[in-house]
Amino acid sequence: MGLDFSVVPAFYDRLLLGALWTIAITLSAAVLSFFGGILFAVIALYAPAIIRLPFKAFAWLFMGTPLLLQLFLIYFGLIEIGVDLPAFVAGVIGLGLHYAVYNSDIIQAGILAVDKGQYEGARTLGLSQFQTIRKIVIPQAVRAVIPPIGNNMIALLKDSALVSVIGVTELTLTSQLAISKTFRPFEFYIAAAVCYYVINLGLEAVLRRIEHKIQEAR
Amino acid sequence: MSNKPFVNIRHAAKSYGSLEVLHDINLQVDKTQIVAIIGPSGSGKSTLLRAINDLDPLTSGEVWLEDMQINKKLPPRQYEKHINQVRQNIGMVFQHFNLFPHLTVRGNITLAPKMLKGMSESEANELAEDQLDRVGLLDRIDYYPSQLSGGQKQRVAIARALAMKPKVMLFDEATSALDPELVEEVNLVMKQLAEEQMTMIIVTHEMGFAQDVCDRVLFMDQGYVVEEAAPEVLFRNPTQERTQNFLRKHLQGQN
Repeated sequence: MGLDFSVVPAFYDRLLLGALWTIAITLSAAVLSFFGGILFAVIALYAPAIIRLPFKAFAWLFMGTPLLLQLFLIYFGLIEIGVDLPAFVAGVIGLGLHYAVYNSDIIQAGILAVDKGQYEGARTLGLSQFQTIRKIVIPQAVRAVIPPIGNNMIALLKDSALVSVIGVTELTLTSQLAISKTFRPFEFYIAAAVCYYVINLGLEAVLRRIEHKIQEAR
Repeated sequence: MSNKPFVNIRHAAKSYGSLEVLHDINLQVDKTQIVAIIGPSGSGKSTLLRAINDLDPLTSGEVWLEDMQINKKLPPRQYEKHINQVRQNIGMVFQHFNLFPHLTVRGNITLAPKMLKGMSESEANELAEDQLDRVGLLDRIDYYPSQLSGGQKQRVAIARALAMKPKVMLFDEATSALDPELVEEVNLVMKQLAEEQMTMIIVTHEMGFAQDVCDRVLFMDQGYVVEEAAPEVLFRNPTQERTQNFLRKHLQGQN
């Protein structure tokens, strides 16, 4: 039996909805991973050892174990201790924290690369250490590492497919549901792949604009 | 005016392990006085300057601004509060400008007044315009530092420091990183400040400028103040051999 994409249009609205969920979960997790990454970087570099060391152990757990397992733990595991999160929320937290740890490493490198003179310039004006980190160091560090963080966000979009296993009806789960009705796996997986690709093109265009915008302010 | 020195450095010493970089240095600067510190690299002149606002803390000794001891011994949290307060009174200009590249000229100047003096956006803007006008760069207010020449950057850095209405200005080789043709515009701004009776301490390699503008010149070498005199005395009739050698080498180098 040959390929027959004529089955796809009937699921057009459901696929579109799935794509919107994928975009929603990606954007939510991206925002969480970005600000979480900044927070984690600041903790890793500036917090006293009593906070820093447990945090590093925690961060290493997120890096050293599969994201899929982390999603299971957050969605199914936490129920056992009475925390019953909606699948979407569990997915955003899992994806967001996982990528926050990766972003944190990149942002730390960015912070360390900010010239010491910037710090001195701010401190001599009378800014406190915290004010200097917030207003001078972090903005410059983040600007410098937008390209690698953007790469992480593209990986995050693709990994968002994993939240299908905890029942978020995003693009991947939607296409699986369509397959179970039509028995046309090839067509719908390709349709889903095309959707991911198109979303990623959009994401890349947005990232390029951001990069372009910050170029003048460096 | 009282006879009390405005800036008073007493028995300043600093060492890194067994390496002593400042030896028992005393320096008194009166209000509106302009003092230049000269000397070979590694002589400790920048370290001394940076000790004044505690950017490089002393190992021992005291630094006073009027009736306030700058390097007071305090518990860390209190000290942080104290020094942030103190530094608002001491403007500093660096060799490499240290402008904030992610902010416009306006943003560079208004940041600290807004954050530390609770100024509104419009008050801070007005202040930025005034200060930029002073250094002749009002038309560059919405530029980013990367769009300015070195001389312009340094003038903006001076405007940024002046916006905090400091009582004293410290210049750490403010023109050393500039192309020769850009030095003069920065010197002119500094001369203008001198005419406005700003108290200034200037670490410099420019003997001509020190001679023109300063009331007093310190020659430092290997962590010691070797000689201290009025510029016409120190440059024409230095009494110490080390000063003579330094000036001879320096003047040869300039020709």
